Amino acid sequence: MSLNNGYDAAITSSIVARFDARPEMLIQILHGVVERFRYVPEAAIRQLADELNLSRADVYGVVSYYHDFLTALPGRHRVKICQAEACQAMGSRELTEHATATLGMALHETKDDLTLEPVYCLGNCACAPAVMIGDRVYGRVNADRFDELVAALEDAG
Amino acid sequence: MDRTKIYVPRETSAVSVGADDVAVTIARISKERGTDIQLLRNGSWGASWLEPLVEVETGAGRIAYGNILPGDVATLFDGGFLVGGTHPKRLGPINEVPYLIRQDRWTFFRCGLIESLSLDHFRAASGFAALERAFEIGGEAVVQAVLDSGLRGRGGAGFPTGIKWRTVRDAPGTQKYIACNADEGDSGTFSDRMLMEGDPYGLIESMAIAGFAVGANKGYVYLRSEYPLTHKIFSKALVNARDAGWLGADIRGSGFDFDIELHLGAGSYVCGEETAMLESLEGKRGIVRSKPPLPALAGLFGKPTVVNNVVTLASVPNILRLGAERYAGFGVNRSKGTLAFQLAGNIRRGGLVEKAFGITLRELIEDFGGGTASGRPVKAVQVGGPLGPYVPAEKLDTPMDYEAFVGIGAMIGHGGIVVFDDLTNMARLARYAMEFCAIESCGKCTPCRIGSTRGVEVIDRMINGENREDNYDLLNELCDTMEGASLCAMGGMTPYPVRSILRYFAEDFAAPRQAGITRRVHE
Repeated sequence: MSLNNGYDAAITSSIVARFDARPEMLIQILHGVVERFRYVPEAAIRQLADELNLSRADVYGVVSYYHDFLTALPGRHRVKICQAEACQAMGSRELTEHATATLGMALHETKDDLTLEPVYCLGNCACAPAVMIGDRVYGRVNADRFDELVAALEDAG
Repeated sequence: MDRTKIYVPRETSAVSVGADDVAVTIARISKERGTDIQLLRNGSWGASWLEPLVEVETGAGRIAYGNILPGDVATLFDGGFLVGGTHPKRLGPINEVPYLIRQDRWTFFRCGLIESLSLDHFRAASGFAALERAFEIGGEAVVQAVLDSGLRGRGGAGFPTGIKWRTVRDAPGTQKYIACNADEGDSGTFSDRMLMEGDPYGLIESMAIAGFAVGANKGYVYLRSEYPLTHKIFSKALVNARDAGWLGADIRGSGFDFDIELHLGAGSYVCGEETAMLESLEGKRGIVRSKPPLPALAGLFGKPTVVNNVVTLASVPNILRLGAERYAGFGVNRSKGTLAFQLAGNIRRGGLVEKAFGITLRELIEDFGGGTASGRPVKAVQVGGPLGPYVPAEKLDTPMDYEAFVGIGAMIGHGGIVVFDDLTNMARLARYAMEFCAIESCGKCTPCRIGSTRGVEVIDRMINGENREDNYDLLNELCDTMEGASLCAMGGMTPYPVRSILRYFAEDFAAPRQAGITRRVHE
């Protein structure tokens, strides 16, 4: 992988163009960047400031404000365990302990291309506890189901 | 002969417990057995505890089967599934399922009924009839109907919707906006999501009505990024509606122009606060604005803006179609109409229950919800999201009525009801309330930004048994400061759940340490 983790400025420009370079679309554009590169590289912040006619501080401020915009490359698999009250009522804290113990990593850490993260409500509160892997939500996740889901990621490579 | 129609929900909760796999399996087994079926993807009826809930359309109506796993599909076919045959998981006709028939379905009447993305289904279920009605009666009459209905904002604040619409309609200026708040971040709530997944054209119609009523030609939907399936479904609905001429210039020859832009949030809870949402829609950090000015006068890009929650907007079409009096006939006192209550957490029959105001918390939890999932007694119920106070079991007979809830020091909010059983350590939830505020604070005001972190520390000392009484007083003082001096509800209301725990469950601060909030072992 190159120094910039495969960052390609032309792709970012095409995302900006898709939103007609409207500065108010910055958050939507950043979603596009993350979708493509998994995070927001420093080079993208500079480039977006130029192309949207914003200051670098404006762009950096937005990137750092929102949980979705990571500034370091996460694993290919982002595994998020819901920590909110409804999931806690059904054992999400215990599930999180199980996950950190079996994976040997804390929340927010990355290991073997898997990033483990907290999330605060997936709107699946009637089927708690909930877990999100990539853009898929899973409900009624107990320790065994969690292990199966993670094993399936490993099998998929 | 027509192909047999089979409905399998494409809705986050149903899919989260295997609905997509069930749909694929049904298609495969049907093919293997040479039967001719048509697989339709509807929204959820709201009975999440029965998901995946599969229905087959027969001469005797739609027959439902609950909790269907891919492994059940072969036996379904063996039992004559396509004609509604017997099976241990057969529930009977969908319109006889007790959980559903005892509801007052006003806003969610199409959810589950129709194939979510079918414009034909939508039209057949009175879709766009209310918009056509609005075109006939004019904007002024629409605003009056909303006023007469007594509809109040369902996002949590409960502000009269008609007054907001009237303010925007009367505001000077030619450019006005509709901003739909779909940043449903409260734990225990999912009604916005279910509506957008199950009846996406219903929200489009509702926003067009709002735009027509106040003179806005552009609407924005601010959807949280934690809802990727909702995003897919609603994006597709926008494209389809535009293609069919229900969005865009001169909608269906009415002379009214209206279009909707969908924005995705980026994981910030505070962006559910209306002014932070407006900042975020402008592409900025989700920092709360001071009020005044009211968004109704100077909102998005400084223009007059109606900011309404999804469910608020979606309650309007039937008010126009069936009459404001009908809607106002539901409910009690100043809480008119219905609310989509959401039963969540430790509850046996979790899901969405749309019911007139006035039903008690106990009726919702026991009659609809069937008590706790664990079978143990209820200890506390958090109503109204993470900023809502915990209601102790002895107050369950309180009717769901905005003012009655204020009377017991609680709030209805967006209608989320999260149940906890007697094994719950409430001190851990008090700590969590402060911790969540520290994580999500936008940082603009000090009481919220710093107070929440200090709150976690004080509660930790109490849990560890250090000067418990002094720290109790200190925590109360901190709560006073946060409540009185924060800029918005995030810091201002985080003390509510904390104080309710101090008031009703103070003994939990002395409980032995444990890993989770419960002593339950999950297997």
